Amino acid sequence: MTRSSLDPEQSRPEKSDPEQSRPEAILEVRNIGKSYGSVRALQGVSAAVGPGEVLCVLGDNGAGKSTFIKILSGAHRHSEGTLLAFGVERRFEHPREALDLGIATVYQDLAVVPLMPVWRNFFLGSELSRGRGPLRRLDVAGMRSTTKHELARMGIDLRDVDQPIGTLSGGERQSVAIARAVHFGAKVVILDEPTSALGVKQAGVVLSYIARARDRGLGVVFITHNPHHAYPVGDRFLLLQRGTSVGDFAKSAITIDEMTALMAGGAELEALAHELERP
Amino acid sequence: MTVAVGAEIDERPTRAHPLLTVLRRPEVGALVAAVAIFLFFSLSTQAFLTPAGISTWLYSASLFGIMAVAVALLMIGGEFDLSAGAMTGTTGLIVGVVTTQWGLNIWLALVLALVVALSIGAGNAWVVMKTGLPSFIVTLATFFILQGCNLALTKLITGSVAIQGMGSVPGFDQVKVFFGSSFPFLGMDVKISIVWWIALTALATWVLLRTRPGNWIFAVGGQVTSSRQVGVPVLKVKLGLFMTTAGAGWLVGMLQLFDVSTVQATTGVGQEFIYIICAVVGGCLLTGGYGSAIGAALGALIYGMTLQGIVFAQWDNNWLKAFLGGMLLLAVLVNLLVRRQSGVRA
Ligand SMILES: Nc1ncnc2c1ncn2[C@@H]1O[C@H](COP(=O)(O)OP(=O)(O)OP(=O)(O)O)[C@@H](O)[C@H]1O
Ligand SMILES: [Mg+2]
Repeated sequence: MTRSSLDPEQSRPEKSDPEQSRPEAILEVRNIGKSYGSVRALQGVSAAVGPGEVLCVLGDNGAGKSTFIKILSGAHRHSEGTLLAFGVERRFEHPREALDLGIATVYQDLAVVPLMPVWRNFFLGSELSRGRGPLRRLDVAGMRSTTKHELARMGIDLRDVDQPIGTLSGGERQSVAIARAVHFGAKVVILDEPTSALGVKQAGVVLSYIARARDRGLGVVFITHNPHHAYPVGDRFLLLQRGTSVGDFAKSAITIDEMTALMAGGAELEALAHELERP
Repeated sequence: MTVAVGAEIDERPTRAHPLLTVLRRPEVGALVAAVAIFLFFSLSTQAFLTPAGISTWLYSASLFGIMAVAVALLMIGGEFDLSAGAMTGTTGLIVGVVTTQWGLNIWLALVLALVVALSIGAGNAWVVMKTGLPSFIVTLATFFILQGCNLALTKLITGSVAIQGMGSVPGFDQVKVFFGSSFPFLGMDVKISIVWWIALTALATWVLLRTRPGNWIFAVGGQVTSSRQVGVPVLKVKLGLFMTTAGAGWLVGMLQLFDVSTVQATTGVGQEFIYIICAVVGGCLLTGGYGSAIGAALGALIYGMTLQGIVFAQWDNNWLKAFLGGMLLLAVLVNLLVRRQSGVRA
């Protein structure tokens, strides 16, 4: 990190115009805000994500990242601003509504059942059946092979889709969850801190799946507090700080160092550096 | 760091050894134990392997087995039902009282008892799901309520603690065909409850492994929040499970009533833990999300064989309890080992 970039006023790059709407966007928010009772968790945030695009949402603890994606995924209703999905204004009452529009969310706990086989997890809640009436049964062979095939398409090569998903590494589980969202027709995948609990290598694996989903034409909203994870895959970066937007930058408009400085709140970090210095 | 890094890493877990895949099945431990106990009593007693002996322990196992299979489904779904034992008494008493005391048609009495059982099961589920209280506590309360009502109401209505005169109720013999009959098979006198037991075990296995509701049972027991997030109807699944257990209680209540033509007000009390033990011996995890119907049936078989084997061997009956405790401990330890072996991370 360069010292000079720690001064936010000098180094702050051009902010893009929040009023400018993006016709091709899958998901767009304008001046969105959310209050929990008297707590204003989020206010005046604008951003958009289009097909084949990765929007990274960065911010420190409590910046409002989770609140932001809960609005996008339909888990919470926004209290101000507008939310547009495919250009149509929406107000989600239930995550199912978002899901039906192709907005899939991979939560931090991944929504998997550790003791169940990979293929059962992959299809959980949307199982394939065959036969009729009392003979209606799970299409086990079909689900097994589809799981294998879909995972392979995402570049995940499991030897055995029958192993309990709990035996997979954190990165693999994350990747299976992404592949599942893609398979079930997601147009945009929202990932809540998928790399935060992972080591460098595993995080790399997940990032490569994010890139793959992007290459397949999906929009990706990637929440993280690590600029080093966001920068390589991101196309746009939304920086949040204490519930407000610090800026929405295209990749060309910002360097990783500037981003880091902005996120931490440059002046504060400088003050901290001063404080930590040996007397 | 570059994105391409991921491509070079082979983080595939190694394929499990075929033997381990077999050992991973929840019912394997119970199968081994059942064979051992069968051999032990066959060799050490005269009566165990005779046709009469076999029908005795099979019958005993069947009554526990029907309940154990239902309780296993419920446990896989992440819940307990401590009222399951008392329910076998309640349903028998209802049929006994309304037919012998009030002269109700016996078929209507059967339906009435079933409706009451299913309602109690649904009530258990409703309280558990709406309050979020552990089912252990909720059904413990139901257990005491049923136990108390069984005794108090039976005494109040009949003036005694058992139902007399069932055999002379009109239609008794027709119903007995379904619940209290037996037929000869390979020199054995096979009671109909054994057929019910085998059929229900097969049905439960089919449902668990090959249907959507079965998939959901594992899911709600394994990770209820995840299940909800992917759209599994959690409430319906749990409701179905509690009602199934209550329905099994009704069936066993009928099987006992029509076998011996009488029912005690204390019937079933104290058996609820035996069902749970059978399910655990059969590979069910106490924490839910894992187990098998066949395993629970085998657990009941072990219990039935030991119960009668100890009689045939003319040992002190109290050894049964000690044996039961030992089996339970062993089963829990084996389960722990299997879970570690399969390498599931929390
Ligand atoms: N349900 C809620 N009720 C009240 N306040 C809430 C609620 N959820 C979040 N908040 C508050 O809103 C603010 C933003 O929280 P949020 O969870 O969105 O942050 P975050 O950026 O996801 O943080 P982290 O990196 O720690 O996950 C915090 O101050 C938090 O205390
Ligand atoms: Mg968060």
